[in-house]
Amino acid sequence: MHAPEKPIKVGLFVTCLVDMFRPSIGFATIKLLENAGCKVSVPEAQTCCGQPAFNSGDKKSTQDIARQTIQAFDGYEYVVGPSGSCIGMLHHYTELFDESDPWKARAEDLKKRAFEITSFLTDVLDFNTILSKYDAKATYHDSCAGLRELGVKQQPRKLLAKVANLTLNEMEESETCCGFGGTFCVKYPDISNRMVENKTSNIVDSGATTLLGGDLGCLLNMAGKLKRQGHKIETRHIVEVLAGMTDEPAIGDADYELGQPA
Amino acid sequence: MQITSPAFKENARIALHDAGLQKALGNLKEGFPVKRSTAVARMPEFEQLRDEGTALKNHILENLDIYLEQFEANVIKNGGHVHWCRTPEDACKKILDICEEVDAKTVTKGKSMVSEEINLNDYLEKNGVEPIETDLGEYILQLRGDHPSHIIAPAIHLNLEDVSEIFHEKHKRPKSSDPKVLMQEAREMLREKFAGADVGITGANFLVAETGSTIIVTNEGNGDLTQTLPKTHIVVTSIEKVVPTLEDMTLFLRLLARSATGQEFTVYNTLSTGPRRAGDQDGPENFHVVLVDNGRSEMVGSEFQEMLRCIRCSACMNHCPVYGAIGGHSYGWVYPGPMGSVLTPKMIGIEEAGLLPNASTFCGKCESVCPVRIPLPKLMRHWREDEFSKHLSPKAVRWGIGGWAFFAKRPTLYRLLSISSNLFLRVMAGKKGHIKKIPLAGGWTDGRDMPAPRGKTFMSQYKSRKQR
Ligand code: SF4
Repeated sequence: MHAPEKPIKVGLFVTCLVDMFRPSIGFATIKLLENAGCKVSVPEAQTCCGQPAFNSGDKKSTQDIARQTIQAFDGYEYVVGPSGSCIGMLHHYTELFDESDPWKARAEDLKKRAFEITSFLTDVLDFNTILSKYDAKATYHDSCAGLRELGVKQQPRKLLAKVANLTLNEMEESETCCGFGGTFCVKYPDISNRMVENKTSNIVDSGATTLLGGDLGCLLNMAGKLKRQGHKIETRHIVEVLAGMTDEPAIGDADYELGQPA
Repeated sequence: MQITSPAFKENARIALHDAGLQKALGNLKEGFPVKRSTAVARMPEFEQLRDEGTALKNHILENLDIYLEQFEANVIKNGGHVHWCRTPEDACKKILDICEEVDAKTVTKGKSMVSEEINLNDYLEKNGVEPIETDLGEYILQLRGDHPSHIIAPAIHLNLEDVSEIFHEKHKRPKSSDPKVLMQEAREMLREKFAGADVGITGANFLVAETGSTIIVTNEGNGDLTQTLPKTHIVVTSIEKVVPTLEDMTLFLRLLARSATGQEFTVYNTLSTGPRRAGDQDGPENFHVVLVDNGRSEMVGSEFQEMLRCIRCSACMNHCPVYGAIGGHSYGWVYPGPMGSVLTPKMIGIEEAGLLPNASTFCGKCESVCPVRIPLPKLMRHWREDEFSKHLSPKAVRWGIGGWAFFAKRPTLYRLLSISSNLFLRVMAGKKGHIKKIPLAGGWTDGRDMPAPRGKTFMSQYKSRKQR
């Protein structure tokens, strides 16, 4: 554990989806990092991690975005983001440059510093003073990139175990893809739709009242399906619960004061 | 086999609504993955075995020419023949020549995906030689005029009812839906064929360089009869199957059985080492190995080399959520699932097969179970790069990505784009919190709602909080 008197300099990688859809995830991430003794900044020059270009085969645009991101996060001890997928993409930057390219070494350096939030709190800081309380039977979806590229599996569960009043009902096939897959969900909507249907039926069968996860893309997909099917299950990003910032209506829910079902 | 890969999306849509297929796919999901994980759990050193298998395959691929020549020399020493065939046509022609030399009318066949790859059955039939599939699954498919939808369980897309139906129709026997009765019926039908066949054709799981042997593994034993009863045995296989020694072969057999069916070892492991020798009780008089290249040697030294490690275990498709949703036929050619999405573009062209490497969420499940650690998502991405650089990706994708990247490379403009998209979606949602229909985004909203953004963008909020 790092000594609290010397704050760790962390650059927050917001992720484009959090920026656009759910800023509270960004603020919850900052709160958790600050509670853990970090000094958090949000570099202005960041946009998206570049994954849409990378996975569409547009290597040149991906390289441009990678260089921009590497530069934006120069000088931070750590780069932390609320998404296994986007942080996984930051790790992929190393594959974009040849050995002879000076950007290769910089990408390697970024890879060493870039962490998904639950993994950073647990694996790097060994932080577990979670003081929040949340009344729910929750179930946790293991998003693919976090799970298989970054080894995020026990970290969120360890942290959730500290949340008062929360019980975890594991669903069947929690490690199976929800069918989001970035551009996949619009390029192959029929297949994507079947995959998310399988996922929501496992979520419903778990008996959980809340669905939690660590990647907003997957959460938007699953919440969107749960809504369309008329289920009353709340969907939230794990950091909202860990930081005690659950006043905000859940993903896809209306404002409470409208008297709509939450 | 007719190629329908360009119609992948349509194939998939039909498959998703095919009740029989969906039932069969449900059984697959309950079957292979569970068996594999049980087998892996019983073997603590499995991960180490995977590393060894991966390293050994890499070594073989670095020295492929040497091991293939050693294999050839030993086959010849044992009294057999080796035929090098660059294209599927070369291979079909060679096999027909051998059949004609011995004046063959019927050939029995063990399961071989390479023979599917070169479309051998059609070719033989057209030239007056009747091929008879002896693997139960393949036999059922042949009766139906159907094709494999899986590389080790070719008829996995069928249910018991389908088998009962076709047997009744073709065997002219009373209809039964007892698997034991059906099995017995198939056996009786095939026994006759085995006895009358002039040539037996099998595939090979591995080729052993040090002994010049080929091996096939089956759970039915049909391979043994196919290769020992007829006078001529032809092994049709591909160049990447060679391994240096028998010892090395056993490493892959252990990986293969566990990854494929969750068995410790496959039931029948049949080695063929040349034709019958003086004093042998049985065995063929002639022994031929037809080595098919079909694009493989081009993959050596390319970004796709790692794909040649594949031992055709099928774990990648058994665990693939896309394969599990749509089945193997949707992929439109011989090799389905993740391994097929890498191989098919190489073999039939990216122009025909471009939709396959795109049909993945890159969830990585395939790579996580592949016994020889093939980075399947990375290889599929290479195909996407190839498509993009050749301007083959659909215009909507190119323009969409191009337009988006323009903004993503300019943080100030990007802020404006996210602010306006955020606002647009919030206006669309009104006070509901989610949106039922978004113009031009039917791909999303046909099946699910779109959760609305909560408040202004993070960057705007962060800025105003800091200024406060
Ligand atoms: S790619 Fe790997 S998992 Fe798939 S069939 Fe080949 S060896 Fe098996």
